[in-house]
Amino acid sequence: MLPAHLIGKFSKSLALYYAVLIVWLGTTAMHIPDGYLSPITSAIMFLLVLPFWVIGMRRIRQTMSARSVPLIALLAAFSFVIMMFNIPLPGGTTGHAVGAALAAIILGPEVATIAVSIALVIQAFFFGDGGILAIGANCFNMAVAIPYISYAVYRLFARGSSIGSRRRLAGAALGGWLGVTVAAFLTAVEFGIQPLLFKAADGTPLYAPYPLSVAIPAMVIPHALVASVVEGVLTALVLAILQRTNPAILETAEIPAVAGEAGGFRNLGWLWVALAVLVVASPLGLLAPGTAWGEWGSEELTRIGFKFIPGGMARLSGIWGAPLAEYDLPALGNANLGYVLSAVVGILVVAVIAWLFTALLTSRSHSRTQH
Amino acid sequence: MQNTGSRSPKIRRNVFKRTLRGISETLERSIFAEEISSRPGLLQSLDARMKLIAILALLIGVSLSHSLTIIAVVYLLAILLAVLSAIPADFFIKRVWLVLPFFTGLVVLPALFITPGPPLIRIPLGLTITRTGLITVLFLLLRVSTSVSLALLLILTTPWNSVLSALSVMRIPDVFILILGMTYRYIYLLLHIANDMFLSRQSRVVGRMSGAEERRVIAATTASLLSKSLNMSSQVYLAMQSRGFRGTVVMMKPFKMQPRDWALGGVLLSVALIAIIIGR
Repeated sequence: MLPAHLIGKFSKSLALYYAVLIVWLGTTAMHIPDGYLSPITSAIMFLLVLPFWVIGMRRIRQTMSARSVPLIALLAAFSFVIMMFNIPLPGGTTGHAVGAALAAIILGPEVATIAVSIALVIQAFFFGDGGILAIGANCFNMAVAIPYISYAVYRLFARGSSIGSRRRLAGAALGGWLGVTVAAFLTAVEFGIQPLLFKAADGTPLYAPYPLSVAIPAMVIPHALVASVVEGVLTALVLAILQRTNPAILETAEIPAVAGEAGGFRNLGWLWVALAVLVVASPLGLLAPGTAWGEWGSEELTRIGFKFIPGGMARLSGIWGAPLAEYDLPALGNANLGYVLSAVVGILVVAVIAWLFTALLTSRSHSRTQH
Repeated sequence: MQNTGSRSPKIRRNVFKRTLRGISETLERSIFAEEISSRPGLLQSLDARMKLIAILALLIGVSLSHSLTIIAVVYLLAILLAVLSAIPADFFIKRVWLVLPFFTGLVVLPALFITPGPPLIRIPLGLTITRTGLITVLFLLLRVSTSVSLALLLILTTPWNSVLSALSVMRIPDVFILILGMTYRYIYLLLHIANDMFLSRQSRVVGRMSGAEERRVIAATTASLLSKSLNMSSQVYLAMQSRGFRGTVVMMKPFKMQPRDWALGGVLLSVALIAIIIGR
């Protein structure tokens, strides 16, 4: 056992180490190098960011087409240069801003995604800042999450206020802060699932070594305290200057049109009525005896008379514990009610997903002064 | 230029100086890269498309591998390729490892102790390094350093325009490649402009600026840079239009594969393949 005074000294130095680490982590940008994420995770992140790249390019073609090439190039270059600025915070630390929130407010999130993505690609390839296989993940975190979230918050605050209002500044600051914090959270989740899913036969983590319980606080806290603040402050400050010197840049009358274009819910009311009738009638299915042909689990097989269960089936049949197994909720005590409940839940989930996709893919009407 | 002013503890260094230094390091680095890519060497003579595919394959191999030895072998291979391509070995190694411990090493240090597993070494401060912790840290350090080294090989031995043309092999739309090329060019222009803005501000400062003042200056520089970027893009667009640009991109693809390109590329691809297969 260590003498008491040495223990005190040790924990003080450990605390200092962690304090330094937290402050320092919060000041660096969150580019993920190669080697932290398994190739499967990297591939999935590429798939996740692809629709946003498509949306961005489509938006550019709609609104600007040929004009957009030099515009995107210069804004990507601008984003790149901004990422190099050291911005001082009270307390003596400096941080880096991504500039994605600013790009989103001025260009809209779709185009901001493309500009920041291009800056990130160049950083990865040419300057080694961030891995090449990790480009998908980095773009998702910084070129998608930050612009869309900051833009949403900004629009919330900007609704109904004039271009030069202080409310917009608050919206910009909060939007920037929230955007970077959520991006840090996403990065932490991407790190944190690595030891869970990708380990060697003896349990050794093969990529990022920290589980979610360590990664999330370790990433989110320093960023929320430092890097997010830097982004929010810079975005608000630049917006304030633009309000004074060049308000034309900020002129936009965006009105997101989502369900409106399809005619709204009213015209489709009869469809909803039909759906409701079907939901109520669904317990009719319980009248049929037995299980659907071919959809047998291990118990059904034994009941039918099989003496042998294939090894793979025996191993894998219990792997997923569904919340509404067999379309029933035993707590309800009534199989018919369980059926109806499953139908309602299923319809809700599908409706939410469909709405999300529509919201992402529908064009928005807007009037904006061209540059 | 030093800040004259009250003698205060060196807690806060001048942010403009740091930004300026960052900018000049970036510029210096890229000039060096351009210089190396014009030297005669093994990788410089390889077709850019084959190089891109081979390096990507090696990156994927390193990423997929479950074997520390294989990753180490690929790293040594990278150093060998560097030497054969007229890249000074010490520069190559230092460029990776001087930055690496600072970022990856520091972040990953606690993993040595907190990863659950059989204990390996007891440090006299009551901490234990576990065996799994050590292996995980080695995996991470080796993977990151090898990946960075491979990317470095690509960039140091290939002019940026060739990298862009090679990207078209991967079915990336031509308009993206055009934008990437223009962005690269304009990064340097904006870097010089930002450099001049900060330098001119710096040379007019006597004494210390408060944090708030510095933030205001940076915000003003940013806003000014944004306005310049937007204006410049209009002018560039007019220039492009007056030279016939109507939105469709036509690219020159001046590559022709030689037998030695196939040979060298084949060797590198097989290494990547071996790395993937053996490592499982």
